[in-house]
Amino acid sequence: MFNFSIVTDWLHTLLLSFLPEWATVLTESVLVAVVIISLAAIFAMVLIYMERKVCAFFQCRLGPNRVGKWGLLQLFADVFKMLQKEIIKMRQTDRFLHDLAPFFVITASMITIACLPWNRGAQILDFNIGVFFFLAVSSVSVVGILLAGWGSNSKYPLIGAMRSGAQIISYEISIGLTMLTVICLTGTMQISEIVEQQYVEGWNIFRGHLPMLVAFLIYMIAGNAECNRGPFDLPESESELTAGYHTEYSGMHFGYFYLAEYMNLFISAGLATTVFLGGWAPLHIVGLDGFNQVMDYIPGAVWFVGKALFVVFLFMWERWTLPRLRIDHILTLEWKYLMPISMLNLVVMALVVAFGLHF
Amino acid sequence: MDSYNIMFVVLAGIIVASSVLTVVTRSIMRAATYLFFALLGTAGMYFLLGYTFLGAVQTMVYAGGIIVLYVFAILLTRGTKDRISENTRSKIALSAVLSLVGFGLVGFILFTANLRHEVLTAPDENVMTMTRLGEHLLSTDNGGYLLPFEAVSLLLLACIVAGVMIARKR
Repeated sequence: MFNFSIVTDWLHTLLLSFLPEWATVLTESVLVAVVIISLAAIFAMVLIYMERKVCAFFQCRLGPNRVGKWGLLQLFADVFKMLQKEIIKMRQTDRFLHDLAPFFVITASMITIACLPWNRGAQILDFNIGVFFFLAVSSVSVVGILLAGWGSNSKYPLIGAMRSGAQIISYEISIGLTMLTVICLTGTMQISEIVEQQYVEGWNIFRGHLPMLVAFLIYMIAGNAECNRGPFDLPESESELTAGYHTEYSGMHFGYFYLAEYMNLFISAGLATTVFLGGWAPLHIVGLDGFNQVMDYIPGAVWFVGKALFVVFLFMWERWTLPRLRIDHILTLEWKYLMPISMLNLVVMALVVAFGLHF
Repeated sequence: MDSYNIMFVVLAGIIVASSVLTVVTRSIMRAATYLFFALLGTAGMYFLLGYTFLGAVQTMVYAGGIIVLYVFAILLTRGTKDRISENTRSKIALSAVLSLVGFGLVGFILFTANLRHEVLTAPDENVMTMTRLGEHLLSTDNGGYLLPFEAVSLLLLACIVAGVMIARKR
């Protein structure tokens, strides 16, 4: 497999040849930030188009098909509309917090997207504590949601923010426990090592068979709730809360929430890909060496993005099939069903690892 | 002047500015937000030191836990009213004395501790890996932390049981 660190090393030595060290680091940081922002914007746009089409097909409609071939230019029109809209300044709100809140949400997404392994050697943040860092940073966005609800000085956003906040905090527990299940099998938290291990020994979902499958199902439920989507999309429940915590936002400030929602969707799918489906590791079948050889020729980035988009499709399937839950049902589902199941699952996984029952 | 020093100055500026703003602001919600920035700046310091585990714990526990708890408590109890209590004269005097004592203590330590420059270089991330941390936490040898770990988990269990007791339907 192609190792992307050849390119980054080459760039590093090239910059070091005519710049001092601090300027090199600064230049690289700026380049990486530009790459992250462009990746985020591109994937958010792809996902918005995909969501519209998938939603339409699930509801036996055609979806956008007027602007450009198959409606492909529709999302560019939407983005330009969003960029041109006026940001309405409201009286009697805490302007500072109201304007700050979207940036918390978007910053958390930008940092977590940097943790994803795009290819061998192509990842930006690769700490020893990888998965834990990921979970820690993603918990920052809750503060943004709560501040958005409070800063709007209005009842609907306040109630919506409290509900969304409670929902995200609750479902973080399930996500954390499923991640612990995975770490129990892999024995490392570093994202690059988790993927490298799966390249050698096969994808985790096959290696960990039954407990890993249960963990994957729990992740699919909790991941959707974590992005405020699917049957858990309380911000969108117009009949009760108008638009939840972003009711009072307009123009690009609303656009940031919108962008963050789709980025979080991609990030959730990317994490599921990384820990369950092998990240950039190609599909290998034991015994079929020729097949494995052919699979190795497909670049890792193609594998990663393809698998992530497949998981995104699963999330959308879930969203557009199931009706919305009420807030108390959402919390009951998490605290009385998902959390005990994932704890039990963790114990089962520990037993499987202790007795060496995995592949 | 390497990039570590530049980042240190930036982070220190963020921490100092947001700490001062936390205590001088009139709105309790803004105070919580500035405190959040101060805690994130501290987490940034830990990352700069190469101790990523502590940095992530700082982000998770303080930013994701404590601040969310504060904000939830403010939302649940105050609604949209947002004024902090008035400062009485004795309160101001007491806080002035306390902050002077703290300032004096930190200054004393800084000037007498004879800080050795070569110890203060930023260590590598792999000095304290997650595996070593976990082994220390669950070992009973010299330098093992099993007993404190179990004591803390017992305390947390007691807190959870008490929380359930208070919140249960009567």
